[in-house]
Amino acid sequence: MKHGRVPFILGFLFPGLALYGVFVISPFVQAFHYSLTDWTGVAPEFGYVGLENFRQLWDDSLFRTALANNLLLLVIVPTLTVLLALFFAFLLNVGGGAQRAGVRGIRGNGFYKLMFFLPQVLSVPVIAVIWSVIMDTTPTGLLNSVLGWFGIGAVGWLADPNLALWCVMWVLIWGSVGFYLVLFNAALSSVPRDIFEAALIDGAGRLATFARVTVPLLWDTIQTSWVYLAILALDVYALVAVMTAGPGGPDNATQVISLQIAQNGFQFGAAGYASAMGVVLFAFTLLIAALMLRISRRERIEY
Amino acid sequence: MTVPSTSALFTTSSPSSSLSSLSSPPFTSVSRRIFLQRAGLASLAVAGSSVLGSCASGGGGTDGGGGAEKTDDNPFGVEPSDELSVVIFNGGYGDEYATFHEGLYTDKFAEAGINHKAITDIRQQMQPLFNAGNPPDVLDNAGAEAMPISVLADTGQLSDLTELFDAESIGFDGATVRDTLVPDAIESADYEGKPLVLNYALQVYGLWYDRALFDEMGWEPAETWEDFLSLCAEIKSAGIAPLAHQGKYPYYIEQLVFDMAVKHGGKEIAYAIDSLDAGAWQSDSMRMAADALLELKSKGYILEGTEGLDHIQSQTQWNQGKAAFIPCGSWLENEQKSVAPKGFQTTVAPTPLLPDSALPFECTRLESAEAFIVPTKAANRVGGLEYLRIMLSKEGAGEFTKLTSAPTIVLGAADGLDLSPGATSATALIESGGDNNWNYFYDKWYTPMRPKIETAIGELAAGRVTADEFCAQAQQAADETAEDPKTKKRTRS
Repeated sequence: MKHGRVPFILGFLFPGLALYGVFVISPFVQAFHYSLTDWTGVAPEFGYVGLENFRQLWDDSLFRTALANNLLLLVIVPTLTVLLALFFAFLLNVGGGAQRAGVRGIRGNGFYKLMFFLPQVLSVPVIAVIWSVIMDTTPTGLLNSVLGWFGIGAVGWLADPNLALWCVMWVLIWGSVGFYLVLFNAALSSVPRDIFEAALIDGAGRLATFARVTVPLLWDTIQTSWVYLAILALDVYALVAVMTAGPGGPDNATQVISLQIAQNGFQFGAAGYASAMGVVLFAFTLLIAALMLRISRRERIEY
Repeated sequence: MTVPSTSALFTTSSPSSSLSSLSSPPFTSVSRRIFLQRAGLASLAVAGSSVLGSCASGGGGTDGGGGAEKTDDNPFGVEPSDELSVVIFNGGYGDEYATFHEGLYTDKFAEAGINHKAITDIRQQMQPLFNAGNPPDVLDNAGAEAMPISVLADTGQLSDLTELFDAESIGFDGATVRDTLVPDAIESADYEGKPLVLNYALQVYGLWYDRALFDEMGWEPAETWEDFLSLCAEIKSAGIAPLAHQGKYPYYIEQLVFDMAVKHGGKEIAYAIDSLDAGAWQSDSMRMAADALLELKSKGYILEGTEGLDHIQSQTQWNQGKAAFIPCGSWLENEQKSVAPKGFQTTVAPTPLLPDSALPFECTRLESAEAFIVPTKAANRVGGLEYLRIMLSKEGAGEFTKLTSAPTIVLGAADGLDLSPGATSATALIESGGDNNWNYFYDKWYTPMRPKIETAIGELAAGRVTADEFCAQAQQAADETAEDPKTKKRTRS
């Protein structure tokens, strides 16, 4: 039996690895290659330009704007998403009244979970369209009419350069919280209740329980979420492409790297240059992920 | 040489394509905006197909077909039995007209099989074929995902159409094809002195209004800026916003500003901008036109919140009578067909004249669009040329207008046809404008410049910058383009 095992395992591994190699690894390697060329993307011929594309990137003010916006997203999106998701997960699990014995979640726990998770079921462009309609800029728009009841004039939302990126951020967070809520929820429910009850008996308040017990217990999960959310924040392509003016506007307020890659690669016939952007984004993502895992490393708590 | 393929790094952000169907305006100028939504998906497809393909360097192999005896009836020497592959952008015009043209082709060459393909994702499907040196014989490179035409031209992928333009036209009593076309079709075909692109449909830009509403209210589109302002005041007092625009895509309101500037300063304004001349955007005419838009904004003549609306939303507001005018091209009527209330008469008016304008009121920007190309590496290249000649025949072009109610570049092909109000007024403007009608090319010649100009126009339309700031910002975009080593400069005069 033993001699048959290796081919058996390889048989299962091979198709997956082959697909991965052809559709993921090979294009990645090619991107590095094309980033050194002036390839247009529509003709088979191209020439090598060395690091010229990267030098131009350095001077590209639009790329810098995009990078700055991505950085802002990188800071705010994971922080708020994780905090909100943690907070809600905590409430759902141990936020219920503690007057009687034991720790329990608030009433309607399942309902809330479902509600929070709902955006996850919708595809990103659908979410983008829904929110574009909600944030309609005319006085009869959904949000603007509500503001109108309180005598507040029509707000520009996505048409206002000062607000546009925050609107995108809000939708991104709104769409992500549900998933991480469920994730944290699952992690929390695997934590023995006794720990919370012990904390309660020791006189810990809700805030102390959250900060001193919940967060440390969920650290592994939080760490992983952080990396995922960071990658999400470096992308946001679909939301920006569908929701924003231009897209990337107004006044490049919502310009992000992924948008620049798509524009250069497909619209401007500068696939080599776009590949260089892709390489930078790749390196950047890798660096961020490594940094986050490194900084947030802590001792593991066993229970 | 390695196989060119779009990198996977493009797809780190692959979006869903499900949205693209939400709006499918028929023309490049409009629908290209949603191409981004599919772009990520495209790259995946491209990466996949080219990796799996054989060596893509291609290049040799095809002689372009033909070789049969050249006669008056078969001026390019098409080999009657050669198959012809035709790829049509299946957008607002559909592909019924192409089926008709193909019918005319097979009437002539009964043995020729036709490989007809009507698609919307041109780039995704065609890019690998071009890269592999195996493109179709005729490609309608249009729509949201058209390939960058100037790049195709610069990389030598497009056949010289001189032969076609010099050939005898079908159904015009011995005139050459060139003689039957509007001047813009000849000019817009030209890349470095050679005609490479046949832009088949003729788009008419202007300010659109509902003739029925204007008749009812006793309004008439104004010819001078002064009259336009008093008309706006009147419209506003009737509780209607005088002007709406597709604020999410500043391209539309750009048409108003650009047209007023060119009419004031003459076609040289557009020539200078297309040639990337120093200070081209900072002419008095451009500044006055920008100021005019700011005046509309500051007087409250622009629909509130229109800056955040996309083309469908704003045009719908216009259809619902919430705004009197909207800047657009002649596809508007067709695009809004399902939304326009009964009795709505989509009609185009030229933009008003600034004081001391060089051009008359009755003229506008005409754009030949829907780029038909015959790739140099096409297997049946001469068949492709013959197919274009058939498209440009009186019968072929007339049928296109009949089926799509859109004018073509073939003069007089639609004479005597019964057209919709929008198409009728657009056709009338083509004729009354005559040689004063004008066009710009910078957006197609220098694609990276386009979003920068749109950003500047968007800020102007929102009233966040002054006319001077707008001109300076646009000029900066032009200067950056002129200095960009990746961009090929072109001139016009």
